[in-house]
Amino acid sequence: MTSVARFQGFGLGLRPPHYQEFLAQSVPVDFVEVISENFMVAGGRPLTILDAVRERYPVAMHGVSMSIGSADGLRDDYLIRLKKLADRLRPLWVSDHLCWTGVEGFNSHDLLPLPYTEEALELVCANVRHAQDVLERPLVLENPSSYLVFADDEMSEWSFLAETCQRTGCYLLLDVNNIYVSGTNHGFDPTAYLAGVPADRVRQIHLAGHSAGRGLLIDTHDQPVPDPVWSLYEAAARKIGPVATMIERDDNIPPLTELLDELDIARARSLALKGAA
Amino acid sequence: MNLIQRQRLLRDHLLSHPAAAASEIRGDASAGLAVYHHAYRAQLIDCLRDTFEKLALWLGDELFETTALAYVEANPPRSWTLADYGADFAAALTKIHPDDPEVAELAWLDWVLRRAFDGADAAPVSADALSEVDWDAAVFTFVPTLSLNLMRTNCAALWSAMAEDVMPPPAALLSASGTIRVWRSGLSPQFKTISSLEARALQLAMAEYSFGEICAIAIDEANDSNAVNAAGQLLSVWLSDGIIQGVR
Repeated sequence: MTSVARFQGFGLGLRPPHYQEFLAQSVPVDFVEVISENFMVAGGRPLTILDAVRERYPVAMHGVSMSIGSADGLRDDYLIRLKKLADRLRPLWVSDHLCWTGVEGFNSHDLLPLPYTEEALELVCANVRHAQDVLERPLVLENPSSYLVFADDEMSEWSFLAETCQRTGCYLLLDVNNIYVSGTNHGFDPTAYLAGVPADRVRQIHLAGHSAGRGLLIDTHDQPVPDPVWSLYEAAARKIGPVATMIERDDNIPPLTELLDELDIARARSLALKGAA
Repeated sequence: MNLIQRQRLLRDHLLSHPAAAASEIRGDASAGLAVYHHAYRAQLIDCLRDTFEKLALWLGDELFETTALAYVEANPPRSWTLADYGADFAAALTKIHPDDPEVAELAWLDWVLRRAFDGADAAPVSADALSEVDWDAAVFTFVPTLSLNLMRTNCAALWSAMAEDVMPPPAALLSASGTIRVWRSGLSPQFKTISSLEARALQLAMAEYSFGEICAIAIDEANDSNAVNAAGQLLSVWLSDGIIQGVR
């Protein structure tokens, strides 16, 4: 299995309202990230657009349906279609979330939380190895936002991720907003999280916004990146070093120029850290 | 409790909201469980609203949401892709709205147009490529995005009015049932209402009857020797619409 090279740059999630701008002009991004499942289709306009985008920009593939934590294993029909898309796109990497979405045929299409136990760790590692075998490339796993923790957790989320990387050779997509959201919801220190993840395995950072729910923060991806997340990003960038960084907006999508302005903030903060070093 | 038992418990919580899952959660479980319970439904309803865009306009926000929620509660998703969710929506609507047949027919049209949008690519055959064809024996293959459905209502007029952002006419039953043909031309999904003659000929052609057999059936059923000319005109329309992928 090949390794995943570090890619230093700043990117955006490719979303339908911005397709034409990405194709009509040279948008100042170093890469774009696409939702894999949106393009795991038979044909038509989605794949035509994606091929044209791929000619202009490096692409990272980001999935939501692998369900790496499903206790009854992964769906090979899904993995085979994902590999077909990856072979077509030759992406920077293929990522998905540390979660489960369904079991025994049921699919919630939501990123459901895993207990952080040795049993779950062994299962996730077996699933990661299987996915990597089918995909013939390493997997990049993203930390999710979560709204509950299990009573018999045996380790922290960051220990779970670090151990998964160690045992399987996979990499990490660190969502700084998700760390902040889960830290607030569950009362852990986000800086302890950053200290606990293996910096050398991180290949991408997600930046996003969230909303306040009833007693919990909700990872809505419909807001600009808030100040506490920017502060945490600086701490993450200081620890990890230059790594692909992206603004992730999935709802309430603003004009592209607004997202590019937000991406410039990430560039400036990263540059300031480099200068200070 | 092992992992699969715990995942079944959370699945059951999403589907029916039992309290049992709370015993597995550290601290106050109610807020977190409520987030997942709500997000499951909200995402599926959003998916249906996106796929069945014209139906949502026709029903209005409140009735569409009630209708979609009824479907969600009765139809847990099983596919890995959200794109498949809603495959049975039109059929379910015949039971949810039995007195409003245009509702299920609008849903069918929304669904088939969406599937044509990202359906398999296929280059239609050109008329120039058919000069050597033995038409009596010719059997057609059609582009994979082609679908037909017999309609009882004026759903095509309703859909078109909403697409053009003009006031749709009242829903009405057609004086005689009409067939809608859906396909994709290039990258653009299309539909048109077709004659009963074309619908019959197309059904036979899709069932791999030869063109000669289709003409013979048309003459027999119409009791009119001009039916052969009419079939030839249909062939010309099929070629110009780009629905024929090949002839063998």
